[in-house]
Amino acid sequence: MSSETQKILTTDGIPLEVSLKKAERRNKIKAFLLVAPLLLFLIITYVFPIGDMLLRSIDDKMVTEMLPKTFKAMEKWDGKELPEEEVFEAFYLDFRKLVDEKREGKLSTQLNYTKNGFKSIIKKLRRKSKNFEEGNYKEQIMSVHKRWANIEYWQAIKRRAPAITGQKYLKGMDMYQNESGEIVSVAEDRRIHRILWLRTLEIAFFVTLFCFLMAYPIAHLLATLPMKYSNLLMICVLLPFWTSLLVRTASWMILLQQQGVVNDFFVGIGLVADDARPEMMYNKTGTYVAMTQILLPFMVLPLYSVMKTISPSLMRAGKSLGGTPIVAFWKVYFPLTIPGIGAGCLLCFILAIGYYITPALVGGASGTLISNQIAFHMKSTLDWSFASAMGLMLLTGVLAIYWVYNKLVGIDNIKLG
Amino acid sequence: MNKEFVKFDKVDKSYDGKILVVKDLQLDIEEGEFVTMLGPSGSGKTTCLMMLAGFETPTHGEIYLDGKAISSIPPHKRGIGMVFQNYALFPHMTVYENLAFPLRVRKIPKDEADKKIDKALSMVSLQGFADRMPGQLSGGQQQRVAVARSLVFDPQLVLMDEPLGALDKNLRESMQYEIKHIHENIGVTVVYVTHDQSEALTMSNRIAVFNDGKVQQLSSPDELYEKPVNSFVAEFIGENNTFAGEVSDISGGKCKVKVANTEILANPISVKGKGEKTKISLRPERALINPSDKMDNIHSGKIEEVIYHGDHTRVRINVLGNDQFILKVPNSSANMDIKLGKDIKIGWNSDDARALDPK
Repeated sequence: MSSETQKILTTDGIPLEVSLKKAERRNKIKAFLLVAPLLLFLIITYVFPIGDMLLRSIDDKMVTEMLPKTFKAMEKWDGKELPEEEVFEAFYLDFRKLVDEKREGKLSTQLNYTKNGFKSIIKKLRRKSKNFEEGNYKEQIMSVHKRWANIEYWQAIKRRAPAITGQKYLKGMDMYQNESGEIVSVAEDRRIHRILWLRTLEIAFFVTLFCFLMAYPIAHLLATLPMKYSNLLMICVLLPFWTSLLVRTASWMILLQQQGVVNDFFVGIGLVADDARPEMMYNKTGTYVAMTQILLPFMVLPLYSVMKTISPSLMRAGKSLGGTPIVAFWKVYFPLTIPGIGAGCLLCFILAIGYYITPALVGGASGTLISNQIAFHMKSTLDWSFASAMGLMLLTGVLAIYWVYNKLVGIDNIKLG
Repeated sequence: MNKEFVKFDKVDKSYDGKILVVKDLQLDIEEGEFVTMLGPSGSGKTTCLMMLAGFETPTHGEIYLDGKAISSIPPHKRGIGMVFQNYALFPHMTVYENLAFPLRVRKIPKDEADKKIDKALSMVSLQGFADRMPGQLSGGQQQRVAVARSLVFDPQLVLMDEPLGALDKNLRESMQYEIKHIHENIGVTVVYVTHDQSEALTMSNRIAVFNDGKVQQLSSPDELYEKPVNSFVAEFIGENNTFAGEVSDISGGKCKVKVANTEILANPISVKGKGEKTKISLRPERALINPSDKMDNIHSGKIEEVIYHGDHTRVRINVLGNDQFILKVPNSSANMDIKLGKDIKIGWNSDDARALDPK
């Protein structure tokens, strides 16, 4: 073959390649215009918010902007002993400006995130600083409160100097940067986030497991029953989708509470004594029960769609070749449902890991998840950057699971229906 | 050889308790035989096969395999090989693993199993395909793997449920011969289900024609074609010319049947006496154009249609009030004067005109 392929021309003398590109360009533009609105919508509603969340979680400009002179003066400070007069003076000037603009409250909130105890001494400094005399600010500030003479508080201020920080992520893992800049865990009795992360993983894992155990027979039944029964069963499976999530959770509350239907039934058949009704709500049990029921359809549907495509003659072939029903199921049927199992488990796990309303309502203290903590920081402490950081950690976790799944099973092996 | 290797004894089957899909089935299959169950869809032939395989249970009656009643034995203990309509190869296993499946569940040691697999693959000329996945094979190759898999564990009986239905015409024909040769070589008993009569005629030792849940006729292919015992079989197998009429006389192994004011001399098969209604069946190739005087049925007709088929010409003739009478005329120089609208004489022997039930 010659390396120089001859250029093929169309009848009007234009090279074929050019002509082909021209002919396809219009279709390509059309196709792009058709998807453009969706693309735009995705960028606006998905890419922007997540990008904004990322920025917010590492953004620490607020303090940097509030104390510009201080941080400039601190650049030369080695942080081993109390800073020089220079720093104190800069801090005083920055602070007066903030007080004039009535922004010193925000500063105290921000600094308090870094180290507890800033709130009261900043309040006190505001009152006293009105009467400060010019010069020797170090002495004057230190005399306001003994904490102002404590080097740890100045170190804490210095740590807020960079405009970008990973502090929130450390906090999300119950860690912090101590005075000498090392990353250490917080005291054992204050590690709430680690407990929540582990509990979130544990609950998501078990909910997924329960969903799988319950959904597999249902999906099999759905796929093998005659049409008229399977349609009815399908409606039963989908019914929860047509009911509000809140209503479903509330009905679980009616069923599971101590004076609820299930407990009444247990007492009625003599399983438990009337004065020893078990607590099935406001703890992990409630979360497990309600979330399993709510996430069940997400497991049933992918399983069903895969099982529907498995020809019944395969099981028959397995049996006619001498496999017992169990062998035929395990060697023939089960391996063919793995794409559905993968899809269902991934879907359930990812949904469960970020579940909010149900654990908030029936979970109590021991059944809440990390998302409830995120909501708490969004609504109550208004520490949005911390909420963002935890949100991103959750997202990273989901992507990690996705990656592991892809390595183990292969993502093209997934089948959602 | 065991004459009653497979025996259906008074088997009934109903799915809904209202309609009998299989009625009082009595069928014996000899060891080493190739028996085809042939019939239109819904005639109960697949149900019979499923009962034999163990996937359906008879509502009444018993099935015997090599003298043992098998109704209570589950499919996996029957040791019957089966080829399914859509092959039913396990899509997640290689060809080798597919063939190893029946051997593995029987706990056959690996080196012995490998030998058997090699043998089975060479039987269907698929050596070197062991590591392929079924999805990478063509329809014909998948079919061969399915056949090999049904034979690899040396079953005494192999069932095939319309195995060639999904293949194109040429491939189907070559596979017919291939399966026939495999059967001849290893002498296994085969029960084959199909609705394709040419397939049945090509491959079988005996054919059971099913209709309406009953075996209409069980005989060798040539007998089935030449000597159908009732109108259904005559109509279902091959081409058939019919005359409906009434018996006017019956004597000496011949009968006279009154058709459209004329009488036809026919062979009384299922008519007993005068006045009975009957349907005469005559194969197209048994009627001749410009007959010799020796034939005992000679009638005149008019050519309605001529269709050229290369080696022969099909001629549609209006004779004795039947305008669907088909003749097959070899394309020789003697027969060049067949023209549309021409009046001709046709004749046949009374032995070939079988007077059957009037259905």
